[in-house]
Amino acid sequence: MSASQTHGHAAAHDHHDEHGPAKGILRWLTTTNHKDIGTLYLVFSLIMFFVGGTMALVIRAELFMPGMQLVDPQFFNTMTTVHALIMVFGAVMPATVGLANWMIPLQIGAPDMALPRMNNFSFWLLVAAFSLLILSLFMPGGGPAAGWTLYPPLVLQTGDAFPLAIFAIHLAGASSIMGAINIIVTIMNLRAPGMTLLKMPMFTWTWLITAYLLIAVMPVFAGAVTMLLTDHFFHTTFFAAAGGGDPVLYQHIFWFFGHPEVYIMILPAFGIVSEIIPTFSRKKLFGYDAMVYATASIGFLSFIVWAHHMFTVGMPLAGQMFFMLSTMLIAVPTGVKVFNWTATMWKGSLTFEPPMLFALAFLFLFTIGGFSGLMMAIAPVDFQYHDTYFIVAHFHYVLVPGAVFAIMAAVYYWLPKWTGHLYDIKLANWHFWLSAIFVNLLFFPQHFLGLAGMPRRIPDYSTQFADWNMVSSIGAFGFGLSQLLFPYIVVKCVRGGARASDHVWEGAYNHGLEWTVPSPAPYHTFEVAPVVK
Amino acid sequence: MPMNMKRALGAISATALAALWSVPAAAAWTLNLREGVTELSREIYGLHMLILWVCVVIAVAVFSVMIYSIATFRKSKGAVPATFEHNTRAEIIWTVIPVVILVAMAVPAARTLVKIEDTRGADMTIKATGYQWKWQYNYIDEDVSYFSTLAQASNEARQVNAGIDVHSVDNYLLEVDNPLVVPVNKKVRMLVTAADVIHNWWVPDFGMKKDAIPGYINELWFRADKVGTYRGQCAELCGRDHGFMPVVVRVVEQAEYDSWLASQKAARQAAAAPAAQTAAVTTTNALETTTVLVANAE
Repeated sequence: MSASQTHGHAAAHDHHDEHGPAKGILRWLTTTNHKDIGTLYLVFSLIMFFVGGTMALVIRAELFMPGMQLVDPQFFNTMTTVHALIMVFGAVMPATVGLANWMIPLQIGAPDMALPRMNNFSFWLLVAAFSLLILSLFMPGGGPAAGWTLYPPLVLQTGDAFPLAIFAIHLAGASSIMGAINIIVTIMNLRAPGMTLLKMPMFTWTWLITAYLLIAVMPVFAGAVTMLLTDHFFHTTFFAAAGGGDPVLYQHIFWFFGHPEVYIMILPAFGIVSEIIPTFSRKKLFGYDAMVYATASIGFLSFIVWAHHMFTVGMPLAGQMFFMLSTMLIAVPTGVKVFNWTATMWKGSLTFEPPMLFALAFLFLFTIGGFSGLMMAIAPVDFQYHDTYFIVAHFHYVLVPGAVFAIMAAVYYWLPKWTGHLYDIKLANWHFWLSAIFVNLLFFPQHFLGLAGMPRRIPDYSTQFADWNMVSSIGAFGFGLSQLLFPYIVVKCVRGGARASDHVWEGAYNHGLEWTVPSPAPYHTFEVAPVVK
Repeated sequence: MPMNMKRALGAISATALAALWSVPAAAAWTLNLREGVTELSREIYGLHMLILWVCVVIAVAVFSVMIYSIATFRKSKGAVPATFEHNTRAEIIWTVIPVVILVAMAVPAARTLVKIEDTRGADMTIKATGYQWKWQYNYIDEDVSYFSTLAQASNEARQVNAGIDVHSVDNYLLEVDNPLVVPVNKKVRMLVTAADVIHNWWVPDFGMKKDAIPGYINELWFRADKVGTYRGQCAELCGRDHGFMPVVVRVVEQAEYDSWLASQKAARQAAAAPAAQTAAVTTTNALETTTVLVANAE
């Protein structure tokens, strides 16, 4: 993508005074600026990351040794449930939305998101959603404890937390749909002249596909939880066998949402890695077109594999066969992506700044998660893996050293562009190495636990599982504590540091429109659209 | 680690004394799936090892290239970036090869799947019903039915701050009061269902796991070919005590099974006699015909 900005930065600066940010707290409440909203999303997701992480540490503390030492089993179930809901809907998704807000207009040469007021609304809805969810923890009967999948009939046993959790999901879903619409409209209408679809940066591409997935599945999830709500309060029996309903129907609806949801979390991560590896390899992304098509195929396949989450519900043989084969197919486009990233590094000129380190860890560790995913696609073997720690290890590998590492990589990649300062590279390296070591200590032994037969979502276990659980818990505390470095590094960078150049990284020069604006990026950019050749 | 070794050794000797050796009790630092004691579990284990090795071979190949690139093409070593952006031949190769591998994997997997779902020709049928938080076993055609709950020693030790060393409890959390008893080398068909929320009946050594869903009757089968006690757990979150409803199956010789069954029936008849009387009294008093129906059905 060779891009050049025909109108200099001066044009952007002309209007600077009249359109500057409002002062004080009002700026953040009323802002419609994509950069401010991006920052809000990112800060929000960081807070949620620590809230959800604390819950994870409660879980790992209880599982440190066999025997019940700390919490009641019901509270333990609340922790696993709310940890997952917060991490999925409160940390990973908003982080990628925040990055989209910041970077998509900069990457496509747009002055802002297409629907700025809705942008503000979708952020503050999210705050309302998670306030409700966290409030639900303090309701009589305790917080939601039926797992993040909210399977009936169990979820219908939830106390007063139930409607709060459902409304929280409704609000978060509405927020996601608005965010997705905004991203699609922005990308479809506000690209700079000359930026055809197949010239768009990969991060923008992956987000475009993600946004379509969101619009397709969030309403489905909203429908599912609404049926739960009416089953609970209005005597419907959508999911109650006693009334002619079907508990498995819920699972089909949930996973029709839930599987694309997995890709909603990982596709933007793919995009991030596709930006970073070329920059620090000083080489163009290998097989750009193939990458776009692979992303699109993964998006399509995500709609026809859902029941691989349900191999044990007693599906007909033909159903199991279909979902086994379609799931195995996902390995093909995912493989293409991994091979293309590797080929991008081949004969490059590599350097290993923090974003690259996180991207490389993503490359290795996400691939490990991909392998365990392939193993679980084999339906007969999944009868052994299903609902054990093997699956816990699998999805944490794709979500933590996968999605979360990619988000960290993105922040370390674009932070100097946002703040105008270079951050403390040495500390960031520490953050990386501690995270990379502890994340493996935390999650790799969980493969062994699952294979040895430890079910997931249990607060206590047979003594045979004691050893690896202790290792995993040590890894968890190491990983959790290491993350405290991250806000420290970010805050320090916001406050000051060496000045960053416009392209920040040597390899980022001529690597996309976002590197043509000054560092820090002015409050308003591309008021006059650049021309992309 | 010496502590764990000692613990493991202790457990080994204790269980050896008990003559019935069950693998899970002492296997610390376990890494892999177990082969189990049924044809299906061994086939599943074989598939697991096959796909694991496929993944290992691919991983070694892909990770080698990555590591080689990271080690070799460094700017600090003076590497100059090449300018190629794609290579059609390479891209076709690394799309086609995975497809071939997947097809090769799918064939044996499908074969095993067909076998798993073939519950025909069973020698006996047992219905397992999941409750919060116990199992009920119902020997269809045999008029034998009982509940199976977490053993008392485990139940006491698992309370929050019970002050009991869980290592001193035999088969902590994997012991029940009344295990399921089945004969060796017989095809046992299990009908799996639930009365309240969704549970999951799982014995790793049988390679089988099926959801127990209210309103559904799921099927699975196993033919254990080794006498012993096999332990598993509920594998679907079912509420507060989900972690405390183990599945224990004793596989015994046919003769032992027959005498066990006879004793169960005898105990049941002895218990049923006074119960039937009570039911009759209730009927005359309250003109409640349903009670009789229920009593007869049991």
